[in-house]
Amino acid sequence: MTLINSLRTQPDDRGHFGQFGGRYVAETLMPLVLDLETEYRKAKADPAFHAEFDDLLEHYVGRPSPLYFAPRLTEELGGAQIWFKRDELNHTGAHKINNCIGQILLAIRMGKTRIIAETGAGQHGVATATVCARFGLPCVVYMGATDVARQAPNVFRMKLLGAEVVPVTSGAATLKDAMNEALRDWVANVDDTFYIIGTAAGPHPYPELVRDFQSVIGKEARAQMLSRVGRLPDVLVASIGGGSNSIGLFHPFLDDPSVKMLGVEAAGHGLDKEHAASLAGGRPGILHGNKTYLLQDEDGQIIEGHSISAGLDYPGIGPEHSWLKEIGRVDYTSVTDTEALEGFQLLCRTEGIIPALEPAHAIAAVRKLAPTMDKDQIILVNLCGRGDKDIFSVAEHLGVSL
Amino acid sequence: MSRFASAFRPDHSALVCFVTGGDPTPDATPAILDALVEGGADVVELGMPFTDPMADGPAIQRANLRSLGAGTKTADIFAIATGFRARHPNVPLVLMGYANPMTIRGADWFAAECTKAGVDGVICVDIPPEEDPELGPALRAEGISLIRLATPTTDAARLPAVLDGSSGFLYYVSVAGITGLQQAAQASIEDAVARLKAATNIPVAVGFGVRTPEQAAEIAKVADGVVVGSAIIDIVATEGANAPAKVRDFVRSLRTAMDHAREKTA
Ligand SMILES: Cc1ncc(COP(=O)(O)O)c(C=O)c1O
Repeated sequence: MTLINSLRTQPDDRGHFGQFGGRYVAETLMPLVLDLETEYRKAKADPAFHAEFDDLLEHYVGRPSPLYFAPRLTEELGGAQIWFKRDELNHTGAHKINNCIGQILLAIRMGKTRIIAETGAGQHGVATATVCARFGLPCVVYMGATDVARQAPNVFRMKLLGAEVVPVTSGAATLKDAMNEALRDWVANVDDTFYIIGTAAGPHPYPELVRDFQSVIGKEARAQMLSRVGRLPDVLVASIGGGSNSIGLFHPFLDDPSVKMLGVEAAGHGLDKEHAASLAGGRPGILHGNKTYLLQDEDGQIIEGHSISAGLDYPGIGPEHSWLKEIGRVDYTSVTDTEALEGFQLLCRTEGIIPALEPAHAIAAVRKLAPTMDKDQIILVNLCGRGDKDIFSVAEHLGVSL
Repeated sequence: MSRFASAFRPDHSALVCFVTGGDPTPDATPAILDALVEGGADVVELGMPFTDPMADGPAIQRANLRSLGAGTKTADIFAIATGFRARHPNVPLVLMGYANPMTIRGADWFAAECTKAGVDGVICVDIPPEEDPELGPALRAEGISLIRLATPTTDAARLPAVLDGSSGFLYYVSVAGITGLQQAAQASIEDAVARLKAATNIPVAVGFGVRTPEQAAEIAKVADGVVVGSAIIDIVATEGANAPAKVRDFVRSLRTAMDHAREKTA
């Protein structure tokens, strides 16, 4: 018997995905991330941990999420069949909750009594506030002041759920700055606090554990595809902010050579203007505990991302994506704000589904891709969030006053 | 190496002073560094500004933004260092900052620039021993000291890894937290310094939250060095053109209090 060279065994034992990843944190935090790794290894090997995780995903989150064939969108685009993994139907309206369930169970295992999180669009903040309410733990969410203003409904949701929302005014007052502030809180509260990071980035073991928790998306989708159509999809498509919904969909398929994958970054106003496409417009550097592609200038100063979607305007990307790009296993593209808005409206009209602006980027990419493919080919898109939170900003962009 | 040896002498506790390079402008920094030396600083730490200073409190965060807002580039920091070395041949100069600006052109490039500019040591906040290959070997090859941080969370099991490959001095971060806010209790500082000095021969300097001559004096009784940063940055932030004179007076008050404390215990 020969063993295949699996692409699913990363990171190495130092938390590196090729040259990416790692643990670039201040000494104060280093013992904490080592502790977290030890505890995660034990949890990963503990059937009771998996049983509790699976039970909460089924009865609290509402998994498995449906796999849905989109007939009218397929017809409109006139090419490959388009299927959606409907993680927007999860409790709290996005994939973010999958990860939060896993991390809060880890926090409880570790005896932590206080939870902190960063949030951009507010989806991760809402999901964190939700699991904190569910388990009765106090929750502090750091959110850039700019995002507090453009995501007011989510701010109110977090408060209803009992979380304290701290507006962050440093830098451009968006997701990157919220993450800095959460790290500062963590450094000052090392004994009792667990930091629930919202995407597959940060110091090892976060990229690995967030990916593992989000991989429920790809595992379900793979099994659902096989049972519904008897074969694997030809292309997977997912939007990328920090990269958690996309790695969650992609990872279980990495060793299926027939399955192509496309990650969609936010091109904002255009790649030659302000954008948030770290892979297309950045280069490797070190930020927030990991080495990965970053938007930065020649001196290594970080450049703020821009996207119509608050969940995508992060100047970095999870380290596993940087590695998957360099080895060529996954293709990455980007779509502009305008294209995303068109994708958003297209899905509303053709399928009666209002998507979040983040997966609207994936839909915009599918709009270009599907017509180039045959009708018997299959595209599987991660519909990772619903658009309720975005209707105000979409209305504004369309010039409608509510 | 020899510059550190003369700064950390058995007969006194060294005063280590931090300012952010380019705050408020690159042109203003040389006079502020001179004021540190005139006031009695034994070691000068020059901060390299970064957009995302994750381990710093509000005072140093704002200093970083003022510096970058004034257009400070990495080349300016090395120019400031080169000028300092020419004016002060014997005062150890340490660059302190974050990994990305230090490694973006390659660690070898950075280490070579440090040598050219006469820099003695480097403190990189976000490269722990686990990621040492990113910067440590390049610095050691150039004979530049890598100054590591030990913190209240650095337990006995970890300490050898922190000490391995570090030189110049060991920087004890006395509080688990960010720069410029609370200060640790004197008793816990004394315990920690004793623990660290039992494990290493390199000098131990204590910093984070040291704001007054009184605090500096207490720490000077037990530690080989005292690090003061945010309190100096606050003077730079508020005093404008008068900053060098005010900084010099403040540093002199620290130095005097530290010397008195040592005399009393001697
Ligand atoms: C619905 C939705 N999709 C995608 C993202 C982007 O994050 P990630 O790339 O980690 O999936 C967010 C972030 O807030 C989100 O809310």
